[in-house]
Amino acid sequence: MAQIELEGIERIFRLGDSEVHALRNVTLSIDAGEYMSVMGPSGSGKSTLLNLLGLLDRPNSGRYRLEGRDVTSLDADEQAEVRRNRIGFIFQSFHLVPRLTAAENIALPLMLAGTPVAERNERVGRTLADFGLAARAHHRPDELSGGQRQRVAIARATILRPAVLLADEPTGNLDRTTGQEVTGLLEDLNAKGMTLIVVTHDPVMGERARRRVLMEDGAIASDTTGAHAGRNPENVPVSGTGADG
Amino acid sequence: MTPTDTLRFATRAATGYPLRTALMILAMSIGVAAVVVLTALGDGARRYVIDEFAALGSNLVIVLPGRTETGGVGLTSLISTTPRDLTVQDAEALRRAPFVRRVAPLSVGNSEIAFGGRLRDVMVLGTNADFRELRQFGMAQGRFLPAEDATRASAVAVLGATIRAEMFGNEPAVGRMIRVGDRRLRVIGVMEQSGRGLGMNTDELVIVPVATAQAMFDTNTLFRILVEARSRDALAPTVQHLENILLARRGELDVTLITQDAVLGTFDRILGTLTLGVAGIAAISLAVAGVLVMNVMLVAVTQRTSEIGLLKALGATGGSIRLAFLTEAGLLSLAGALAGLGLGHAGAWGLRLAFPDLPAWPPDWAVLAGIGTALVTGILFGVIPARRAARLDPIQALARH
Repeated sequence: MAQIELEGIERIFRLGDSEVHALRNVTLSIDAGEYMSVMGPSGSGKSTLLNLLGLLDRPNSGRYRLEGRDVTSLDADEQAEVRRNRIGFIFQSFHLVPRLTAAENIALPLMLAGTPVAERNERVGRTLADFGLAARAHHRPDELSGGQRQRVAIARATILRPAVLLADEPTGNLDRTTGQEVTGLLEDLNAKGMTLIVVTHDPVMGERARRRVLMEDGAIASDTTGAHAGRNPENVPVSGTGADG
Repeated sequence: MTPTDTLRFATRAATGYPLRTALMILAMSIGVAAVVVLTALGDGARRYVIDEFAALGSNLVIVLPGRTETGGVGLTSLISTTPRDLTVQDAEALRRAPFVRRVAPLSVGNSEIAFGGRLRDVMVLGTNADFRELRQFGMAQGRFLPAEDATRASAVAVLGATIRAEMFGNEPAVGRMIRVGDRRLRVIGVMEQSGRGLGMNTDELVIVPVATAQAMFDTNTLFRILVEARSRDALAPTVQHLENILLARRGELDVTLITQDAVLGTFDRILGTLTLGVAGIAAISLAVAGVLVMNVMLVAVTQRTSEIGLLKALGATGGSIRLAFLTEAGLLSLAGALAGLGLGHAGAWGLRLAFPDLPAWPPDWAVLAGIGTALVTGILFGVIPARRAARLDPIQALARH
């Protein structure tokens, strides 16, 4: 059984009188530990797909099973819990809370989960060290460089060890070198078993993924696996194909 | 989220926007301060009047000529004129009633006092030895009027503190002869400074035996008779006995008996209502502050839209976001209430400084009500913004910067 199973997903936005078909009959199956990129022109539905995978959005029809559990039928609080424990988000603009320090930003998921302070501090400290941010723990986001900010964001997204890491243009706001660093960081996490799904415009980044999904007009146009894959292609089992819509 | 975390998160959010928070606290504090100061003023006025009457002594019955009221007591009963006179004999008769400890007849008139070329108008009070103990006045020098027969017009006088100071300056007063009206009187004592009295300031009085005053003003009427009962509990039966005696002596009850309780009760009611009224007016400013809380919190939700979206993406439930914003509104209100309390107490202190006679202390109920209202309005008006935050669509929230 695949980790993520999408079946006949439809997502329609209503803008005034017109209907926009953001996702058309998307069927997709992603295994645990996969490294997948989603590419496509603007408005092709790739962000909508990511939001849906991250339970920030609900499909109009179709079924989404995460780790064997139908998550479309969960209520808002249950979905929040799944987001908290199983899914990590990484955004193009980092989305750090400006008034909180790096350590406090990283601690947010633990705080939301109600982890006791002592354990929280210990885990945050360890994570800061893992991500090479120990010296910047008490700096606020505006005192950090772009790369550091994204590292804080990644640390925050992964501190609860989610099963799936969803990244929306993670290097979009970074220069080339820093972008490569961040990409390396994400791929390391993938190598440790975390499913990594990256939405990107950047063909260089997109090509690094072992599995590449191309979206057009709300449907999956192509879904290729192999060839110029990431670092450890052997780690990634080949399975599941998206149905072209 | 644990309660501690919610509290800390809300505190950080509040301190993260210092200007907004300061303005919000200021608005709330002005509301609370208004309640505190205005009730201090109202309650101060109430206490001032009550103290004025309480200075008379609490077991007191005042007998005044004329039947002005059948029940209750109004201001008129204190200043009405005389249809039939009260006499010293009436006063002496009342002394024989059970439960009566002291009886002081009062006869009042205006005259002038002269000593060593100095001259001034003065109010002369004719009474007896009981008066001082009954009114609980202290002596600064010498002694009070001697205990003697009420009809004896001894040529002695006791001076109020101000009169002594004005007539004698630094010279000793006791033992000197003064002229009051057409009479020469020996000063036998000086009252302690008190400044209190029912419509008359003791400091500005010359006190003489009642017979002396009546002779001076060529009258045999009394202005009032003050009767002190043995205890507060004996007040009601005492009034009954006094009425019986006066009825027997005069054939009809053409006098009014006022107990201090009745007077106090009336003023207490009037001024208590007044205080409540000004408190109500002040509470309006709290409601305005409440609307401001809502406004500020709505702005905060808009300001922090992307943060709310992020929290949702990180797995915050709608409930915990709602609670965080409500807590923030509550904290702002609490801070405002405490600041307002400080401000209000400072204002009340200023009032007391400006008007030393006025005991302008805010009553406890007003302080509690002020803080309570501030908290309740703050949280109540925080509900709508908090709900809006909790319902925010995370995708749109994250898209905003």
